[in-house]
Amino acid sequence: MKTVTIKPGTPWEPTAKERGQKTLNLLIAVAISFVLLYSTGLNGKLGWVAAFFFSYVSVSFIAEYRRAGKPAAQDSLLTSISRFAIFLAIIPIVSILATVVSKGWRGLHWGLFTQDMSEATVNSPIQEGGMLAAIVGTLIMVGLALIFTLPIAILTALYLTEIKGKFARPIRFLVQAMSGVPSIVAGLFILSSIVYPVTGERSGLMGALALSILMIPTVARTAEEVLLLIPNDLREAGLALGATQWRTVAMVVVPAVKSGLVTAVILGVARVIGETAPILLVSGGGDATNLNPVSGPMGSIPFYVWNAFLLGGSEESTQRTWAGLLVLLLWVLILFTIARYISSRSQKR
Amino acid sequence: MTDTQIPARRELVTKPRRSDQLFRIIVTTGGMSSLIILGLIFAFLAYRGLGVLRVEGFGFLTNSDWSVVEDENSNIVSQDYGLAAMLIGTILSATIAVLVGVPIAVLSALFLEFYAGRKIRNILIGLIDLMAAFPSILFGLWGFIILMPSAEYWAKLLNKYFGWIPVFDVPVPFFTRSPFIAGLVLAIMIIPICTSISREVFSQTPLDRIQAAYALGATRLSMIRAVVLPFGRGGIVGGAMLGLGRAMGETVAVYTVLNVVYQVNWQVLFGAGGNIATLIILKFGEADREEINALMAAGLVLFLLTLVVNGVANILVSRLGKVGR
Repeated sequence: MKTVTIKPGTPWEPTAKERGQKTLNLLIAVAISFVLLYSTGLNGKLGWVAAFFFSYVSVSFIAEYRRAGKPAAQDSLLTSISRFAIFLAIIPIVSILATVVSKGWRGLHWGLFTQDMSEATVNSPIQEGGMLAAIVGTLIMVGLALIFTLPIAILTALYLTEIKGKFARPIRFLVQAMSGVPSIVAGLFILSSIVYPVTGERSGLMGALALSILMIPTVARTAEEVLLLIPNDLREAGLALGATQWRTVAMVVVPAVKSGLVTAVILGVARVIGETAPILLVSGGGDATNLNPVSGPMGSIPFYVWNAFLLGGSEESTQRTWAGLLVLLLWVLILFTIARYISSRSQKR
Repeated sequence: MTDTQIPARRELVTKPRRSDQLFRIIVTTGGMSSLIILGLIFAFLAYRGLGVLRVEGFGFLTNSDWSVVEDENSNIVSQDYGLAAMLIGTILSATIAVLVGVPIAVLSALFLEFYAGRKIRNILIGLIDLMAAFPSILFGLWGFIILMPSAEYWAKLLNKYFGWIPVFDVPVPFFTRSPFIAGLVLAIMIIPICTSISREVFSQTPLDRIQAAYALGATRLSMIRAVVLPFGRGGIVGGAMLGLGRAMGETVAVYTVLNVVYQVNWQVLFGAGGNIATLIILKFGEADREEINALMAAGLVLFLLTLVVNGVANILVSRLGKVGR
């Protein structure tokens, strides 16, 4: 008797011939795009991208049409268009990252973190002055904003997931609506409710209050999401052991989502660290290092960038602008990476 | 024979402990905070802006004259506050953003959900999420330095070939810092949020329907057209509206890119215009008491506008899943 061993096949993967066809399509499209570029009035990288797009779409359309008919050809149309769309969506990110790094690193120097701008203008030589005031201001304001935000946001999340009261649905709706409040409106609100009638002076504290309005919805929604992931068994186990609801929440539920809450906080900080508009309105934005959040103007990193961009015009101010942006971007990148790391680690468990 | 006694119905009531009652009160109060904050924002902006709104009436929204006339001793002679020019500017740039950004975002979401391999998908999603965390000043300056030269060139092309359409016409050939470019920057800013919402919506498409479509011999295109898009329609529209809300309230990015001039300009390629948020930043520095109140009223209009847009968007996104074949 003859035994036949069947090799495991992978029919869903493209065969060598199909791959060859695809590469060929790509090459033909590149060739056509260059022909288009030289024969018509198109020019520049952008003209090439447009020419390549049209030629790639039509080449793959025709190839698919010849291979498998009209439906397949239409299908290939969507494939190539959606590929092009993701390409368009990614270009700005890559371009932004590349621009900030390439323009910003030249403005970096150690003094950036040890000096402030109280004795330098944006147009003075790059070695003079630095971002100390801005970094300190950002740390103080974001830190204070965090202190205001954390209890409110976590209580909101707990209300939505643990109490599930009558108002859970409208509150969830309002939290989402709140995340759409424009940052300038948050600034105007603090201005009209506290700065004008009460303190009469702009300060870091006011900036922190404005930032916390923008932060609450982000933290609350992320915290709600992680709280919803907690299996109900944990809560029931706590209650079955005779614990009150408050003990269950405090000793079972919240410890179980600790890492998720950290992620929520980090995302909230990343949301507000680059906010410029409310800072312009309510914190005054000083050039000197100010450690007192209750009185006197306080700067921030985005404010530093904004000032260097608007008041400058010289080589130095441009370097300052981009160096400031690089520092800001590094903050965002670090926060984002930590948040990703924590959430991916907790997913694995 | 004894009567079987049916026991009276007992009502089981557990009275929460004192600590639990306290806990619930605290959490409920905290939970109401978003309502309170939104209410306070409305109340304070309305309180400040009411005087101006009362004087200007409905004309605050329909007039497009924002001027304070002073005599030599800087006494105010007359003042006019009409928001129409900036209202038009807000809607114009946000509309451009949605028209450009949403198709790219939805197609990207389709790619990520149905075409991309696992590895590429994770990398791309990471990048797009990162982009959502970029501060707006970064987009603004990038748009000013990098995007502006090319965008100006596209604007000239558009004007050359489509100038006969009134929207693409310009009074004088001045293409720098136009609403068109601001709209492009806003489009780039809303792509991440629209993409992630559309992707979330697409990923909720019931797998059985997708597989049923494939089993009936559908290509990917016809599967998407018959199953995914009808199912996710509400979500796509909702995501687009969330993007619209974002684009309407954006301040810094628009201010850096756009040549903020207080005038009605619906010719998108011409370099002048503004939106409500940039008006506030522009006028705030030199404004006196009365004008600041007018700016508060403008902020109130912006607040209500974004609130309505966001509200409708959220309803659309959350109502998902009851439609589709």
